[in-house]
Amino acid sequence: MSTVLFDPAHGSDRSADLLARVQQAIAERTPLFIRGGASKTFYGRPVDAQPLDLAGHTGIVSYDPTELVITARAGTPLRELQAALERGGQMLACEVPCFGDNATVGGMLAAGLSGPRRPWAGSVRDFVLGTRMISGLGTHLRFGGEVMKNVAGYDLSRLLAGSLGCLGVITEASFKVLPKYRCRVSLRQAMPLQMALDKLGEWGQQPIPLTAASHDGSTLYLRLEGNEGSVRAAAERLGGDALDDSYWDDLREQRLAFFDDPRPLWRLSVPALTAPLAIEGEQLIDWGGAQRWLKSSADADSIRQLAAAANGHATCFTPGVVDSPFQPLAAPILRFHQTLKRNLDPQGIFNPGRQYADV
Amino acid sequence: MNILYDERVDGALHSVDRAEFLHTLQSRLPDLDILHAAEDLKPYECDGLSAYRTTPMLVVLPRHLEEVQSVLRLCHERKVPVVARGAGTGLSGGALPLEKGVLLVMARFNKILEIDPAGRFARVQPGVRNLAISQAAAPHGLYYAPDPSSQIACSIGGNVAENAGGVHCLKYGLTVHNVLKVEMLSVEGERMTLGSDALDAPGFDLLALFTGSEGMLGIITEVTVKLLPKPQVAKVLLAAFDSVEKAGRAVGDIIAAGIIPGGLEMMDNLAIRAAEDFIHAGYPVEAEAILLCELDGVEADVHDDCERVRVLLEQAGATEVRLARDEAERVRFWAGRKNAFPAVGRLSPDYYCMDGTIPRRELPHVLGAIADLSAEYNLRVANVFHAGDGNMHPLILFDANTPGELERAEAFGGKILELCVKVGGSITGEHGVGREKINQMCAQFNSDELSLFHAVKAAFDPLGLLNPGKNIPTLHRCAEFGAMHVHHGQLPFPDLERF
Repeated sequence: MSTVLFDPAHGSDRSADLLARVQQAIAERTPLFIRGGASKTFYGRPVDAQPLDLAGHTGIVSYDPTELVITARAGTPLRELQAALERGGQMLACEVPCFGDNATVGGMLAAGLSGPRRPWAGSVRDFVLGTRMISGLGTHLRFGGEVMKNVAGYDLSRLLAGSLGCLGVITEASFKVLPKYRCRVSLRQAMPLQMALDKLGEWGQQPIPLTAASHDGSTLYLRLEGNEGSVRAAAERLGGDALDDSYWDDLREQRLAFFDDPRPLWRLSVPALTAPLAIEGEQLIDWGGAQRWLKSSADADSIRQLAAAANGHATCFTPGVVDSPFQPLAAPILRFHQTLKRNLDPQGIFNPGRQYADV
Repeated sequence: MNILYDERVDGALHSVDRAEFLHTLQSRLPDLDILHAAEDLKPYECDGLSAYRTTPMLVVLPRHLEEVQSVLRLCHERKVPVVARGAGTGLSGGALPLEKGVLLVMARFNKILEIDPAGRFARVQPGVRNLAISQAAAPHGLYYAPDPSSQIACSIGGNVAENAGGVHCLKYGLTVHNVLKVEMLSVEGERMTLGSDALDAPGFDLLALFTGSEGMLGIITEVTVKLLPKPQVAKVLLAAFDSVEKAGRAVGDIIAAGIIPGGLEMMDNLAIRAAEDFIHAGYPVEAEAILLCELDGVEADVHDDCERVRVLLEQAGATEVRLARDEAERVRFWAGRKNAFPAVGRLSPDYYCMDGTIPRRELPHVLGAIADLSAEYNLRVANVFHAGDGNMHPLILFDANTPGELERAEAFGGKILELCVKVGGSITGEHGVGREKINQMCAQFNSDELSLFHAVKAAFDPLGLLNPGKNIPTLHRCAEFGAMHVHHGQLPFPDLERF
């Protein structure tokens, strides 16, 4: 390929410094607050500890579009990664939210958040192929790699996805990437929520190239992506008015007017076809029904009970509202979180309490 | 170095009085089926990797969750190791029993509990066969995507334990991408749910950690899998090449053009000839390599992509490109590939199937090196390759009745796996480490990495009772194995004492 996709000399490998910092922190039992671009500090519990900045540890290490794999150091800005993929005609199919310009590759993996395409394409954890990490034993390790199929040893790379830095410092990660779709059409149809959920249940059993579905209480928003033929045919069949594609960016980045509501923001993750949830406040549905954003001043317990009754869970996205933004864990699961944390981070130095107070 | 459990390097196992243990088990669980007579234990000596056999102390075949819990509790109390087994089709000895252990056979948990067409999931017991899920979902136009070649026989519990793959992984993912929720029992028999009915669960992604953990962290008792709508059409192109390199380049060209085939398989000349003799699929037997490229999806897209791929294949130097004219021909093209293993088996009394993965660009180099090793070890090798995702299955032909040939085949296989690691790949793409690749794990990971794996294991099973000796080698084993493979005059694991 003649196009230059990335500059391998651009960036800086600070892993030796980072390792030394971690080893010192282990020796002194000094907790560390692991920080990339600080774009998602609102997510999770506050951590009172020495910052360990990854933002200087940057650079795309390798990217070969024919291998469908990109590898970058953790501090690499997400926009740099996305620009390289764009030049290669490819994308991170999990469509991650950035919440600002500073988001980094490591932060994306540690937070594990995915965008509107998630139910159809998969989440961040589905696309991570390998990682390098600094462990709580003071070692710099490599797990997984740059191959699609790899079942050697435990899948530490996927375990790190969404672990909020509590199990180790991610220094580098490899992701499976996919070609961008040739064609995209976004549509809107006025329709009540229950009817929209019924339709989505029906369409889900058919080979329709849906890659996003959202509902704001009165309107169903759909996105179709694929080859020209299938997308045009499906758009004609489903019908509706044209919708600007930027809707999905605004939904993903929480820029829609819905998010301006001053009440706390909750994310309810529930089975997609769960009937409309009755609770005080406003709701915005994403992920074809599986992710429900709620702006509500209802108390945390009621919201959690509502989510749990639907076999789901609730996360508070507004900092400072509740002590534990994440749904409490079942007793045996919590115990295994604690033993896993203790075994992988014996001195408890990595983002202590970021996810749960006692993990 | 022998792969059978060796207490000297794999760790001492606790011994119990077999008769007394059997008696206790029988009195606590009078309805439990327990096999203990030598002739009854025989069929359970091995899994799909039949070259390695060990007679288990006892085999238990529970029917109820409570029985599994009681077995686990008693084993935990007496420190007796437990090896879980599903259908026993695994190819890496992951369900190879232990002389001092109980073999826990989950095959009787074989009920499909729920198919929800609108929610697109199936909830099943672990002993349900992979293909049975797709069959049950078929009336709704749905299927379960991962399709290991053993799918008629292998069970979903084993698929989750091994993170099973298949020929459609590039597009549809591995087991880990298609499982929503797992119910399991801890080593102490405590019930837990990993994942959820939603698309994610709070906390660490233990579902991802457990998938592919080879029965080392817990016992799977129920699995909820994702179902997908069946693609409207599937078409297969067969392309012949006069060199493996050209075929490899064609694969890169297809992907660079933004096309993700449902399946993309390569076979070399020996595999082509073997399959053609066996199945009469209509393969061009003179070709050095063939590619089978399946495109599936909505009719209009598949039609367009077929044309694009045909042009790419011709530009890449294919000597012949054929589109399967009808469903019968498509099935025949695939039958050759799907029966490649038994077909190669007809060429030789025994064959040894490898499972390394490599970055695709390394294919010509790796195949060249395999050919050199083939000459060095004086053993033929046929190559079958999931070209789309870099997973190769070299089949080493040997005769176990010729003294020394099995050992030579093993050594040859080990070299192939080390080569995969050297080019940035992995020693196992989908068959698992089990017991088979326990030594090669020492080439894949260093002692720091293995130590972290042991720390993970200890969080769930501190006494090491679940499937000991599988998946992750002890540092002592690696020290001993490494001593036989001195690189550049330096011993790996220099800090360990030698035995």
